[in-house]
Amino acid sequence: MEPDYKVIEDTLIVYPPQELDHHTAFAVKQYSEEIIRKGMIRNIIFDFSNTTFMDSSGVGMIMGRYRLIQEKSGYIGVRGVSAAIHRILELSGLYKLVKVCE
Amino acid sequence: MEIQEMVMEFDSSSSNESFARVAVAAFAARLDPTMEEITDIKTAVSEAVTNCIIHGYESTEGKIRVECKIQNDELFITVMDRGCGITDLEKAMEPLYTSKPELERSGMGFAFMEAFMDELKVSSMPMAGTIVQMRKKIAKKPEMV
Repeated sequence: MEPDYKVIEDTLIVYPPQELDHHTAFAVKQYSEEIIRKGMIRNIIFDFSNTTFMDSSGVGMIMGRYRLIQEKSGYIGVRGVSAAIHRILELSGLYKLVKVCE
Repeated sequence: MEIQEMVMEFDSSSSNESFARVAVAAFAARLDPTMEEITDIKTAVSEAVTNCIIHGYESTEGKIRVECKIQNDELFITVMDRGCGITDLEKAMEPLYTSKPELERSGMGFAFMEAFMDELKVSSMPMAGTIVQMRKKIAKKPEMV
């Protein structure tokens, strides 16, 4: 299943699926990679408004995109974070790498 | 003392990750957990099962066995594979360490299991498999008046 995306200027907005695990993180990685390769993307915002579950596979996927975007001096943003996703971002230390954009 | 048990065995396919965590969460529902406790249980099961698929069986075919037990107000979960096992368990359990960085693993799997459950025990034998045992106490909710 193709995840939802939106591109605004040099920012890619990714809407991860409802449950972001090992199974679904791979698809998000592949499609976002494709868009980044094609366009002039510098920043990625993960919009978690529709995501209710995320485990360490989601963390690994975001870290992977962070490394990629760092080479372009861009940033990774998150928004629409629920309590469950917030705990994962906090516990994994991802808040040190990503910025909260509401 | 009331004991209730549930056992399931399924293929080491990534599409079974969501199946496994939902099944365990549904079993745990009889302890009347909060939303947060359900998410804790789902996350821990997801981590353990994903480990079996990626590390235990290294993305080849195998069977994963999950055993659950409710005893009084505690949930016990055991996740087992008959895969390659873990040679350096201490290293594997270090937060942020991963043997598979090329697969974008965060190295947070065991740390999440530890954080979201009350107890985590891992035993592993190279070439034989790995057993992950977890325990979580589900707090009694005040009676509705």
